[in-house]
Amino acid sequence: MMTIFGIPTQALFGQLLLGLINGAFYAMLSLGLALIFGLLNIVNFSHGALYMMGAFVAWLLLTYLGAGYWLALIIAPLAVAVFGIICERFLLSRLYKLDHLYGLLLTFGLALVIEGLFRQLYGISGMPYAVPKELQGGWNLGFMYLPIYRGWVVVASLVLCLGSWLLIEKTKLGAYLRAATENATLVQAFGINVPMMVTLTYGFGVALAAIAGVLAAPIYSVNPLMGSNLIIVVFAVVVIGGMGSILGAVITGFLLGLVEGLTKVFYPEAASTVIFVVMAIVLLIKPAGLFGKRS
Amino acid sequence: MGPPVMPEPSILLSVKDLHAHYGESHVLHGMTFDVPKGEVVTLLGRNGVGKTTTMRSIMGIVAKRAGSIRYNGTETVGLPSNRIARLGIAYCPEERGIFSSLSVRENLVLPPVIKPGGLSLEEVYELFPRLLERAGSQGTKLSGGEQQMLAIARILRTGAEMLLLDEPTEGLAPVIVQHIGDIIRQLRQRGFTILLVEQNFHFAATVADRHYVVEHGQVIDMIPNADLAANMDKLKTYLGV
Repeated sequence: MMTIFGIPTQALFGQLLLGLINGAFYAMLSLGLALIFGLLNIVNFSHGALYMMGAFVAWLLLTYLGAGYWLALIIAPLAVAVFGIICERFLLSRLYKLDHLYGLLLTFGLALVIEGLFRQLYGISGMPYAVPKELQGGWNLGFMYLPIYRGWVVVASLVLCLGSWLLIEKTKLGAYLRAATENATLVQAFGINVPMMVTLTYGFGVALAAIAGVLAAPIYSVNPLMGSNLIIVVFAVVVIGGMGSILGAVITGFLLGLVEGLTKVFYPEAASTVIFVVMAIVLLIKPAGLFGKRS
Repeated sequence: MGPPVMPEPSILLSVKDLHAHYGESHVLHGMTFDVPKGEVVTLLGRNGVGKTTTMRSIMGIVAKRAGSIRYNGTETVGLPSNRIARLGIAYCPEERGIFSSLSVRENLVLPPVIKPGGLSLEEVYELFPRLLERAGSQGTKLSGGEQQMLAIARILRTGAEMLLLDEPTEGLAPVIVQHIGDIIRQLRQRGFTILLVEQNFHFAATVADRHYVVEHGQVIDMIPNADLAANMDKLKTYLGV
């Protein structure tokens, strides 16, 4: 059997793939968080709950309406975005002029309410969601076995993140977004409906979380707590990448997934804490985060 | 009986008894003045008398304002700033407001075109050739003078007929101040109506048709530019120079 540093290659690449998968989810979620923080000044603690809602909408669609994975991939983000937009219009929009802390408290409370509701209705045991038949099976790459679905998740996440980045960096709409993140008052004084843009941005960030939830449904079981398990790590990713930096969030998401995977191979005991160790070190050396601009 | 009444020049912007607050402090105490269409009008006054607040109130950026601001007959107190901009008013703030995450070109084309009649991008580059040379640079990498040019240039494309320029010459070298003066005179010739906040009345005298003197959040005097020389002593007392 082939080994690298005394580790069987199968195990090494297997863990790297797992890390890449986790990284894909970190990237999609932290991208949305960074976008929302940049424009709304809100640390969206309900992001994990909205991710969970995405997975649940997919499960509900399948269980009660027989609507499959591909349809869920379109409907779930739309449905969850509508829910998010309602929360933004009626709750979050009252907090923009206040300290970050209020937004954090409100969204944290929202997350508890949403999770509590789903726990009440569906318990915490978790519901299985089958891999769609087009993506079942796997490829033997020689050095490792790649389940097709996992490959799909990584590719889909990369496409979504790259697409979002291009949208923000290369289009007129993205220029409005970047400008409003810097100085919303002036952008509005140029005749742009900034409150509407804020609402749509929140909806977009939330939709990304919901898509991540649908992608996650066949990998992790659909479970009311799946979001809160993930969100703490995602916040660490956002802090490491630099609050408000889009590209930083994406790159850091994938990198930290890989770091986590590698740690599982070489020192499994530290796997669940390594990200926080990295966070502490980064904060000591670069308080604004790896890609953050503000000092 | 006085002389026969001259036909009134049409008033584009009419501010009446305008009050504005920043939090607890009451900054404007009943500002009243008119800006006739096609004129360059300045607000002169010392620091902190409310000139910038007047600009921000017209633009709808100051949340607490009372009184009346009519633009082309439309009452704008109570409208959000994006709606006010779309009536045809464009704003160049004192701090210039160049976006660092946007390139010079992106900064230039950021304000949306709200109606026809603005300058084309080519005409803007003709007025400010330097902006074409630096089009790809990051907005805030420009020098102070270039940033001021950019801040003025980007509101010329939108089709707005009225420009609010808040201290466009502040802190700039004399040669650049002169260039900005040329630009303002050209814009006036093209039919723009301009409300200018200035500390530097020597500069103001070279571009403006009339001057409103502001003190304690009120207009206390109006001096037509033609009478400026005759009123220089009075003006110097007002401005404390």
